[in-house]
Amino acid sequence: MSPDRSVNRRAAAGPRRWLALAAACAALAVPTVAATRPAPARAASRTLTIATNGSVDSLSPFLAQRALPTYIHRLVYDFLTNYDAHDFHPVPAMATAWSTSADKLVWTFTIRDGMTWSDGQPVTADDVAWTYRLMMTNRDAATANGNFVANFRSVTAPDPRTVVVTLNQPQATMLALDVPVVPRHVWESHVADIGTFNNDTRFPVVGDGPFILSGYAKNQYIELTANPTYWRGRPAFDRLVFKYYKDSDAAVEALRKGEVDFVDHLTPAQYDALRTARHTTLNRSPGKSFYALAVNPGATTTSGQAFGDGNPALHDQRVRQAIMHAIDTGALVRRTLGGYGEAGGGYLPPIFTANHWRPDASAAYAYDPDRANRLLDAAGYHRGADGRRTTPDGRPLTLRLLGQTQRPADAQNATYVAEWLKAVGIEVTTRIVDQGMLGDIETAGNYDLAFDSWITNPDPDYVLSIQTCGARPATAGATFPGDDFICDPDYDALYARQIAEYDPAARAAIVRQMQQRLYADAYIDVLYYPDILEAYRSDRIAGMDRQPQPRGMYSGQDGYWSWWSAKPGKRSASPTGPAVLAGGVAALVILGVGGGLVVARRRRAAADDRE
Amino acid sequence: MARYLAAKLAGASVSLVAVALTAFFLFRVLPGDPVRALTRGRPTSAAQLAQLRHQLGVDRPLAAQFADYLLRLTHGDLGTSYQYKTSVTGLIGEHLWATVYLVGTATLLSAVLGLRSGIRSAWRHGSVGDRVRTGVAVVLWSVPSFWLGLLLIVVLAVGVGPVPGLFPTGGASTPGTHGAVAVLTDRLTHLALPCLTLVAVIYAQYALTMRASLLDEMGSDYLTTARAKGLRDDQVRRRHAVPNALLPTVTLIFVNVGFVVSGSVLVETVFSWPGLGSLFYEALSVPDLPLLEGLFVVFSAAVILMNLLADLLYPVLDPRVRTA
Repeated sequence: MSPDRSVNRRAAAGPRRWLALAAACAALAVPTVAATRPAPARAASRTLTIATNGSVDSLSPFLAQRALPTYIHRLVYDFLTNYDAHDFHPVPAMATAWSTSADKLVWTFTIRDGMTWSDGQPVTADDVAWTYRLMMTNRDAATANGNFVANFRSVTAPDPRTVVVTLNQPQATMLALDVPVVPRHVWESHVADIGTFNNDTRFPVVGDGPFILSGYAKNQYIELTANPTYWRGRPAFDRLVFKYYKDSDAAVEALRKGEVDFVDHLTPAQYDALRTARHTTLNRSPGKSFYALAVNPGATTTSGQAFGDGNPALHDQRVRQAIMHAIDTGALVRRTLGGYGEAGGGYLPPIFTANHWRPDASAAYAYDPDRANRLLDAAGYHRGADGRRTTPDGRPLTLRLLGQTQRPADAQNATYVAEWLKAVGIEVTTRIVDQGMLGDIETAGNYDLAFDSWITNPDPDYVLSIQTCGARPATAGATFPGDDFICDPDYDALYARQIAEYDPAARAAIVRQMQQRLYADAYIDVLYYPDILEAYRSDRIAGMDRQPQPRGMYSGQDGYWSWWSAKPGKRSASPTGPAVLAGGVAALVILGVGGGLVVARRRRAAADDRE
Repeated sequence: MARYLAAKLAGASVSLVAVALTAFFLFRVLPGDPVRALTRGRPTSAAQLAQLRHQLGVDRPLAAQFADYLLRLTHGDLGTSYQYKTSVTGLIGEHLWATVYLVGTATLLSAVLGLRSGIRSAWRHGSVGDRVRTGVAVVLWSVPSFWLGLLLIVVLAVGVGPVPGLFPTGGASTPGTHGAVAVLTDRLTHLALPCLTLVAVIYAQYALTMRASLLDEMGSDYLTTARAKGLRDDQVRRRHAVPNALLPTVTLIFVNVGFVVSGSVLVETVFSWPGLGSLFYEALSVPDLPLLEGLFVVFSAAVILMNLLADLLYPVLDPRVRTA
């Protein structure tokens, strides 16, 4: 083999091999150029992009149970009523007026005149009656919202502007029917497969809300466009895109960059870090959820059969109250929530001012270890020489505290609570488990204390119902509609009274009484109400309506006020000039470095050959 | 040769059947009631709970459910997802391309990079270049992928100081992109960072394996012979040493392709990549039994098929296997 040929081969083989890598480099470099291409969608139409991480079980209003799709339905279908942006009271939507019969059993709704579906067909009372009747008669159609019509005897539409609902029992929640009304002429053909039809095959989806559902890619995005003929007025943004960010830190970075215009569910750390970000407006609102410590009252079935192994010491009200006096809820707010929240009180969060109940200073469980000690002493749980309390029959008083890994606050709060209870002589063993495991342990009734949280609604009926005797399981260990096995006949009597009370003020008074009972019983102890922390790009969004007002949230409203009212900011299109330049420079640098490497390697390789 | 093939094929099919059977029981052991997970926080009556239990089929005895599962499987039907209320086969199909696109590209790039780096290192082991290459590879290999991903988002997607943010922060595409060129470039920009993260984290094992197996060959007599024939150092390496050292690395690459399909969960999450990894993660939280079973079968089948492919490739790569 002649040296010359060999050199030639080298020269030929070198570039060939490096060509492959250069091609790979180029493949990576191409996007840098591509990234600088002006975003046509944003420039042509004003788009509001919202980061989301909600799962979508279905886009069918009859099947969807998850938070995100039900929220989307609020934007694309009108409901009979909506909730006021100022204080959550029911306001007209599809129904303009309503009246009830003297016996409280007949509700007559007047349907808005001149509303149309997005395909041009008129919206009539028949659409309402048909939607409700389908849920009453078809089990599959009742999957998501069957609970709302369970008490309906009949629904009729005597004329195109009137819907008459006849009830079996009085039902005060008739202005809080969160049921999307669908166009009969579109959905009639889907009755046969209503249990499997997900409403995601043909876009745009015919609707009558402020936005029209126009596109969906699973785990990627949900796209809505403004409904130009919406009766309350056309939204100012042309497009609304819910874009998936599975990692909340990545979503925050996307906001910094301006790839999304709105992020919610921020952690206190993320919220504080965004304070210095440019073009960013932060929003802190009282939240709709409560975070509580559930105390096992001794699990029972609806027929009263006891099961599970809850600690009997907790049957003593003094022990439960002592636990609450031993816990410093204010410290939990400061340490776990970074101050972004309010210490617990009544069962319903303070954001719902009409229904919230606040214990007065004399009845409140203030942080008072001395009082906790006195209560425990009085209950017969005396301290031994080692400071630990024992039961009257001489065994150590030990409680199991349960939390779930998916709720990061649990682990932190468990440490504090265990410490505080230890200080008053109660030994605590903590278990933080997967949410599925937590569910299994709870349904089996095998816990003493468990962290618990619920998101509440403007109408309190549902969260109140989960603490009634009837919400317990029918058989031991079965999944049940309720929360904590609580059964208090007095509470149930109040529950029955509030559902039949049609006067909002009188009903709120009963609801506050119910919270007072729950508080005194101390089986479900609200530790705090976390705030909602949000941020948006002020250069993209000039302003939008909160709910409630003046302090309230934009995302997760009961209603569509924020996105419907959002006004575009000064910068509706991305700046392209500097980015193009930067992209070009970056591509050059990458190619330059790549090329430099190739030359260097070849030189060295050649040097090796000369060895 | 035919016996070799038959044995490998039979082994793979037995594994597949075993996987299909275990998939059913494996996830029934998971704690958690899907009905509770699906309805928690929604006004749901006891009657609705019972109806849902019936719809999902979880109210039937385990044996009947298993019989159902087997019957469905023979038709290639993996059932209906609890949480998405749609066919599992369709769901997996929808998310499969994204994972194959990401993991396929990353494997290809990391194999090229890993093999090159490993060969260079071994050939000049102990040199500064070797130490730097090995050091960098080991450091990247031990970096948590989600952390590296977030770092890349901060630096290359958002931009820090003079570094411009050129890549998207997440997702696989921009909604509302039209036109072949625009769509292609949009897909490539979205691919860049997750792919870079995966390559950085996985190429090291190829590099180190290649380095080790090539080092084993380095002292061999046949290399001395080759040199004695007057071959250049480069040719000795390329034609004699590397082919003999390639086998373990190729096996590793194929085995990894199988695992990487399921193992890119973290990278998929950080970059909101709509692939199988994130689907699996969501399914676990319910637990969405049919979806978990389906994904388990697909993940396992990927490993088995890739192993089979590696087995079938051996005779091509190594004549010794052919004659054995």
